[in-house]
Amino acid sequence: MGVGITVERLNAFYGKTQALFDININVLANHATALIGPSGCGKSTFIRCLNRMHETIPESRVEGNVRIGEFNVYNGTSATELRRRVGMVFQKPNPFPTMSIYDNVAAGLKLNGFRNRKKVDEVVEKSLRSSALFEEVKDSLHKKSGASLSGGQQQRLCIARALAVQPEVLLMDEPCSALDPISTGKIEELIFQLKEQYTIVIVTHNMQQAARVAEFTGFFLLGKMIEFDKTEKVFTNPSDKRTEDYVTGRFG
Amino acid sequence: MVRTRFQQQMEELREKLLRMGGMAELAVDRACQGYTERDLHRCQLVLENESLINAAEREIDELAFDILATQQPAAVDLRFILAVTKINADLERVGDQAVNIAERVMDMIELPSVDLPVDIARMATAVSAMVRRALESFVEGKAELAQAVLEMDHVVDRMRDEAFITLVRTMNEQPQNTQQALDALLVARNLERVADHATNISEDVIFWVLGADVRHHAGAANGPNNMTSVPAPRTESTGT
Amino acid sequence: MTGVAILTVVIVLAPLVAIFGYLCYKGIGSINIAFLTQTPKPVGEVGGGMANAIVGSAFILAIASLMGVPMGIGAGIFLSEYGRNRYGDAVRFVSDVLNGVPSIVIGIVAYGLVVIRQKHFSALAGGVALAIMMVPTIARTTEQMLLLVPQAIREAAYGLGVSRWRTTLSITLRTATSGVITGVMLAFARVAGETAPLLFTAFGNQFWNLKPDQPTAALSLQIYTYALSPFDDWHRQAWAGSFVLIVLIVGAVAAVRYVVRRGRLAGA
Repeated sequence: MGVGITVERLNAFYGKTQALFDININVLANHATALIGPSGCGKSTFIRCLNRMHETIPESRVEGNVRIGEFNVYNGTSATELRRRVGMVFQKPNPFPTMSIYDNVAAGLKLNGFRNRKKVDEVVEKSLRSSALFEEVKDSLHKKSGASLSGGQQQRLCIARALAVQPEVLLMDEPCSALDPISTGKIEELIFQLKEQYTIVIVTHNMQQAARVAEFTGFFLLGKMIEFDKTEKVFTNPSDKRTEDYVTGRFG
Repeated sequence: MVRTRFQQQMEELREKLLRMGGMAELAVDRACQGYTERDLHRCQLVLENESLINAAEREIDELAFDILATQQPAAVDLRFILAVTKINADLERVGDQAVNIAERVMDMIELPSVDLPVDIARMATAVSAMVRRALESFVEGKAELAQAVLEMDHVVDRMRDEAFITLVRTMNEQPQNTQQALDALLVARNLERVADHATNISEDVIFWVLGADVRHHAGAANGPNNMTSVPAPRTESTGT
Repeated sequence: MTGVAILTVVIVLAPLVAIFGYLCYKGIGSINIAFLTQTPKPVGEVGGGMANAIVGSAFILAIASLMGVPMGIGAGIFLSEYGRNRYGDAVRFVSDVLNGVPSIVIGIVAYGLVVIRQKHFSALAGGVALAIMMVPTIARTTEQMLLLVPQAIREAAYGLGVSRWRTTLSITLRTATSGVITGVMLAFARVAGETAPLLFTAFGNQFWNLKPDQPTAALSLQIYTYALSPFDDWHRQAWAGSFVLIVLIVGAVAAVRYVVRRGRLAGA
């Protein structure tokens, strides 16, 4: 089951440059929340602060409080432990190219010490089914490499891989931006179903996608969160003029 | 982001609607003048120009549909287009009512003139003002103007009710003038309908400007953030 | 333009083809079972073979690889994953310098480090000398191959909660495997034919030896000795030895590449 995310007074820095200013958000469990905004507004930075991937950049710094479920992200959990509970899917599908489909999905489990062959088999199948990929690859799980699939399939493979470690939260950073409309549609369908078990935060450039997929939407601009509300409100009658300007295409 | 083509289309939509509004307003004025001055010619003009109003309705619907399909408008732009399609329908009905009035007047002119104790002319002026103000609120994008029209509707309703009572009494007391009285009564009813349509148009303008649904008298006309008007859509000149 | 390109290819390949051709011509005639199975006969006698040298070379190369490959790969990992800074630059500089040191000098260093301490020549000393020569090449190519692995792959692993060192070994290195192996094979092929470093370390041996602390025969040493001798029979054997050396190196590289390719999955 998914858990809620609470962000309080989050500030993020790259060296001396401040990328996020005082962000406060409450993400509801088992809902999909979309983050929109023009390029460079900080939405990707924000999402990477949620699973501490921001730290992998040299000279980066974070201040503030993030709680995922009951535990505190920045005080008291190791980054690797956290990342097992918060899965991430990236913009460009990045399956491990020299591993088979099976090994790709099992990677999270195996590399974290989980070895029971039968259990791993079950989890791999379950994850591939959850990401609507199983039927397409069930005959070549061990034979084909992760990189031999089409773009849309690769991304679903990455989703399966993220789901295999049974996270509570799934972060998606523009997951469909490199995909064709049909693959995009399949993944959006997927997000709809995944909501029941996971909490999903999705960063997207595509406003129509945010509108289709998410119950809540947050609008970021220049590192600040301008508005956070139900998606219908943001897209039919936003409270802030800047949100309206962005959503109607007057800038961005 | 500039979205030139989108701006052009929205501007075109706005202009088309305004032109149609002008035609509808003119039709009502002509029909009313035809009544007060017993002018056959004006009534005929109303009938002739009816087809133009209908053609405009089709054009506007088509353009709005096109923009919706190809431009994915959101927020205020989306509300604008929805409002335009509704106002469109109301304006076409206004045109129909003008035709009804004109036809009634043409009947009336055949009959001998009779002095009736109702001031249809005053009612016509009020209704005409409502239509004009509703269209103004659209042009300016001002919710207060639209709100004012909603309030005038009560006045017109009262006028119609009074006219009914008076004319029914006339028909009872002067049965020889029943036909003229009936004609006047029907014109009054048509005018009240026009007022209703003007009210609808105002409600649609409020929806567009504030995002508030005030139809059927639901809720005050004050949007979130106390925005009471929006700038008229994209009037940057784009050449032709 | 294509014509010029083809011409340059021909010019470049010509010496290689010439060498191979000449080797085959001179060497094949002298290869017989005796050559491949017998040890050298005493000076002056005709016949005998280089069997012990063939095995000895393999032995010394095995020792060298055991030392040089892990160190080289380790250095490469450091340079690529943790060395994008001044320290890494220093290591790179030293590695490049080491690469340029003449092989005889490396042989002398190994002599000083190992032979003098142990008071005898040995295969181990030879292995040390060759390992020192392997490390820079392996380190640099490993670094380059690891750098070619897209950052997105590492991020995918971090995102799964895999620690950094585990990611480097199990994901990054694994992705770059075929490139790293190519680098290793390059280094291997280069040192397999080295003679100078073995002169004062392995020293050579007329007889069989598989103990690492004893002087050991090596093909390159044997060829050197025989070629400089006044005996025709030994000259003949030198040609044969050269041919065998080339064949073995090419064979080893080809075999490894085959095995690597077999292990690769469809579409990888």
